[in-house]
Amino acid sequence: MTIAPVNVRKRIYRWAHFLDVILFNPSREGRPSSRFLMSIDPQVVPVTLDLFHLVLGALVVILFLLTLVLALLPFLSAKQKKSPADVSGDVPAPPALMESQPAAALQLLGLLQQEARFIDFIEEDLQHHADADIGAAARVVHEGCRRVIQQHLKLEPVMVESEGTRVTLEKGFNAGEIRITGNIVGSPPFQGSLIHKGWKVRDIRLPLMAEGHDPHVLAPAEVEL
Amino acid sequence: MSQAEFAVGIDLGTTNSVLSFVRLDAAAGEGVAVEVLPIPQLVTPGAIESRPQLRSFLYQAHTDEIRSEDVALPWPGADRSLVGEIARHLGSKTPIRLVGSAKSWLSHAQVDRKAPILPVQSPPEVARISPLDASTAYLRHLKSAWDAQFPEAPLADQDLVITVPASFDPGARELTVEAARRVGLGHAVLLEEPQSAVYSWIQASGGEWRNQVCPGETILVVDVGGGTIDFSLIAVSEAEGSLTLERVAIGDHILLGGDNMDLALAYGIRAKLDREGKRLEPWQLQCLTHGARDAKEKLLGDASLTDVAIAVPSRGSSLIGGTLRTNLTRDEVLETVVDGFFPMLSIESRPQQAARAGLTTLSLPYAQDARITAHLAAFLSRHIDAAHQASDLVHEGSSRFLHPSAVLLNGGVFRSSELVDRLLEVINRWLEEDGASPARLLEGIDLDLAVSRGAAYYGNVRKGPGVRIRGGTGAAYYVGVESSVPAVPGIAPPLEALCIAPFGMEEGSEAALPPYEFGLIVGEPVHFRFFSSKVRRLDEVGTRLDWWAEDELQELAAIEITLPAEQYLQGEVVPVVLGARVTETGTLQLEAVARDGGQRWKVEFEVREREASSTDIMAS
Repeated sequence: MTIAPVNVRKRIYRWAHFLDVILFNPSREGRPSSRFLMSIDPQVVPVTLDLFHLVLGALVVILFLLTLVLALLPFLSAKQKKSPADVSGDVPAPPALMESQPAAALQLLGLLQQEARFIDFIEEDLQHHADADIGAAARVVHEGCRRVIQQHLKLEPVMVESEGTRVTLEKGFNAGEIRITGNIVGSPPFQGSLIHKGWKVRDIRLPLMAEGHDPHVLAPAEVEL
Repeated sequence: MSQAEFAVGIDLGTTNSVLSFVRLDAAAGEGVAVEVLPIPQLVTPGAIESRPQLRSFLYQAHTDEIRSEDVALPWPGADRSLVGEIARHLGSKTPIRLVGSAKSWLSHAQVDRKAPILPVQSPPEVARISPLDASTAYLRHLKSAWDAQFPEAPLADQDLVITVPASFDPGARELTVEAARRVGLGHAVLLEEPQSAVYSWIQASGGEWRNQVCPGETILVVDVGGGTIDFSLIAVSEAEGSLTLERVAIGDHILLGGDNMDLALAYGIRAKLDREGKRLEPWQLQCLTHGARDAKEKLLGDASLTDVAIAVPSRGSSLIGGTLRTNLTRDEVLETVVDGFFPMLSIESRPQQAARAGLTTLSLPYAQDARITAHLAAFLSRHIDAAHQASDLVHEGSSRFLHPSAVLLNGGVFRSSELVDRLLEVINRWLEEDGASPARLLEGIDLDLAVSRGAAYYGNVRKGPGVRIRGGTGAAYYVGVESSVPAVPGIAPPLEALCIAPFGMEEGSEAALPPYEFGLIVGEPVHFRFFSSKVRRLDEVGTRLDWWAEDELQELAAIEITLPAEQYLQGEVVPVVLGARVTETGTLQLEAVARDGGQRWKVEFEVREREASSTDIMAS
């Protein structure tokens, strides 16, 4: 299985790129991007490198949301559900799997639409628009997403060391927080190079919802009288 | 009332309200911890968030506009008069249903402040409320938020301080207390906002403030809110070995604030877009104003930025293509905000008063001159004698204005270091020209929350040890009296002003009765013209002015007395004198006292519009 680490690395790159787009100003130039370009036919690359990043950034926002929701909901519903502990019999009970509650995901999507016009942006066909227009819209999306995330989530990196430095993983490190890739042999402590510092949510505070409020409506239709 | 556990301070602001509290503990002294209550409020239909600030806006939602499920709050009694962030949110698209700046209306003496007049420009179908009702609604929301969080210690049982602008007239103060009374908070006491900022500074310094100022100094407090500016002067002196503070002067009510700056920037950008051939629709201007505010804060907070992009999204779902992109440059901000609102002026500058035409009666008396430094120059020059008269302070003979030695700035606009620097530069240039040493900046307060935090701290100080700012009323009060002169056709009898309440009356004190009697007609409301002066500090009760400089006396809303026809016959003329006292709450109360028998009647501050023919009084 030599493919797996490559996939993992690709994913990490996407992640890294997405968070860069969300958390840093997209107009900043000189971001490392060569790794990313290698797998892409240069002929389909739009003229302006920066805007190309923005469009890609938007695509990975979807991934981020999916992952965020998947990561959050088990946590939320875990409080409510307790697996029946004493199942007697010879056959071991299958591990309890949790079903995600869509309300919180819809609520977050609603916030992103409201503040950042997120759904509008994702649902738009980029083919027919000039890069300058996409760039202008990306500002709205970027600023809004950032505002939502800052207001409702407390984000922090998993590892505080700067990326690219050598790090040591002691025995008993949390594999849920730190993913090791590449030449995985032997036993900890592991020595390796920090590729991505990781992100985790320390605190999440979503608005309370009135009973009977329908979170499926991400944005109401607006009719001016 | 059961024993109070907390001292609570409410900053009932023009655009934002904040509630802070401390656990009453006299032993904690100046290091006592002040907390800010998170206030649950609807942000969009059906979504409730807790925020430290409650938007002081009220939105009268149409019955078909929002489903009844979506107006819920964490406490019962939610209705379609929406308060907080949601009001501003919905009101930005439907301004005819939005009530804003209720506090400015509350101090607007030319309108009936108890009559349903807001929103001003709305069709008759929209339910209207009075400025008093709006303030009541904000207080009710704050009270509910508190009671939901502290069910064991309801707000009605706590020590409560509500802040008001130093420039609020007696009528507006009385109305603020009435709003509190309406929601069962009648025990609240009032505190001037600039003083509250000083208390917050004292609290935040944790006792260190004594090392930052010394006796003989004068602190200038500049409080720039969203819609108003408040100036105060605090003198520092020494009594029995410890420092004392005294508020020696307050400024006029100036309707000018941070919102004006954002609007000015937005108009500037609109003009720029116009030149590029891009037309802006009215709703886009609103987005532009928000964008301009964010861009301004970025530019003024970070000297390395030269411009910040602003994007105004389209209203429809197609975001790309419909989004308008523009930018705000550092030079534009400096020109509009720093030079526009804080220009380098000489101390002789005064705010310009342009004649206004075509304004309806129902509009707020906004400041006509946006130059804050001009207002400040006028304030400091007017109060040149303030510190001189306060206790033992030395007056420098050659000075043209009162020399502040320290400056305390409050309000969100001062997050921009360039504005702070400019204001200090202007003041220090004035001081330098007079040969005085430069003023320094007092720091350490939270620019958005200081007023409410200071109020909570003051609540604790009232109970225990800790320095209190003395000062009493910041103005002397007069009633208008017609001189008894032979009638001259075509010329109204000259008006004299009779002082009934001197400058600096302390809370809970009573002024002497003036030696002049008025004949009041029983059963008929009698109106007096009512004046205040923030500069005539030496007038005593009974002083009669037959002449005064134009800006020495300001006319307030009239006062009204009706003698009930219980002891007297209808139409009988009863000789009375007018007395004044300041209640423990901090409101001025006027009374008519019968010469024979000493019976007293309360004199109401008129909150209704004046009728032209009602000042038919005679001085004997």
